[in-house]
Amino acid sequence: MAVVLHKEYKVLRDDYGSAGKVSSDIKQTLNSIGFDPKVMRRIAVASYESEINMLIHAFGGDITMDIMDDGTVTLVFKDPGPGIPDLEKALTPGWSTASEKARAMGFGAGMGLPNIQRVSDAFDIQSSEAGTTLTISFRAAQ
Amino acid sequence: MRAVEIAEILQAAPITYWEEEDRNRDYEAAFASDLMSDVLMFVQTNPETTVLITGLANAQTLRTVEMMDMRFVVFVRGKFPSDETIELARNMGITMLASDLTMFEACGVLYQKGLGGIYGSRTA
Repeated sequence: MAVVLHKEYKVLRDDYGSAGKVSSDIKQTLNSIGFDPKVMRRIAVASYESEINMLIHAFGGDITMDIMDDGTVTLVFKDPGPGIPDLEKALTPGWSTASEKARAMGFGAGMGLPNIQRVSDAFDIQSSEAGTTLTISFRAAQ
Repeated sequence: MRAVEIAEILQAAPITYWEEEDRNRDYEAAFASDLMSDVLMFVQTNPETTVLITGLANAQTLRTVEMMDMRFVVFVRGKFPSDETIELARNMGITMLASDLTMFEACGVLYQKGLGGIYGSRTA
């Protein structure tokens, strides 16, 4: 499989004003190449939840998108910390450590990671105090 | 139910200019929440024809709507978005209305008039 499109984005620490801009660009990019709307929506939802997580739980981070020649889309969200102390709990619906700020934005109800996992075809998360890397993939519509 | 009927029922005023096409667009369901992660989680079928009822009038509401391919938002409890958020909605082509009804009242009256939820009308 070869990469046909690669994009990189940066999410700056505490840049709440830009929340969602990366996911908007990802969605517009997929739309411009004629991606299946249902798969595109799943990607947009996962991307947006992950981007919000980077802002409300981490010190910002880097996002990459790779589109392969078979239509598979892989998104990687890599942040520099502080890490998720208990991953199992973080993946439990309703469990949250979010701040009041996050809740005021309409997030922080503990549904983010479970929802990302639900909509993606492949899901991997690695976390330590040095940071968290979330890798999610989506197969093209059949 | 047409968008313009929803506006009348909710005594809601348009925040952005809406074309005749927007006013006549038909909606099959409504989902009400101030929690955007629940919108992202629960509205799984036909988001294009689902109206969002919310008291959260910030940019995250519009980003959520954008990601979901929704296109119609009614703000309740007199909440009103900032100029920046209104501009964002214009660029996205999203229709926004403002109503002074509470979320409970807005949902109740729409349901009574025949607009179902995302799972249809589950109560007798």
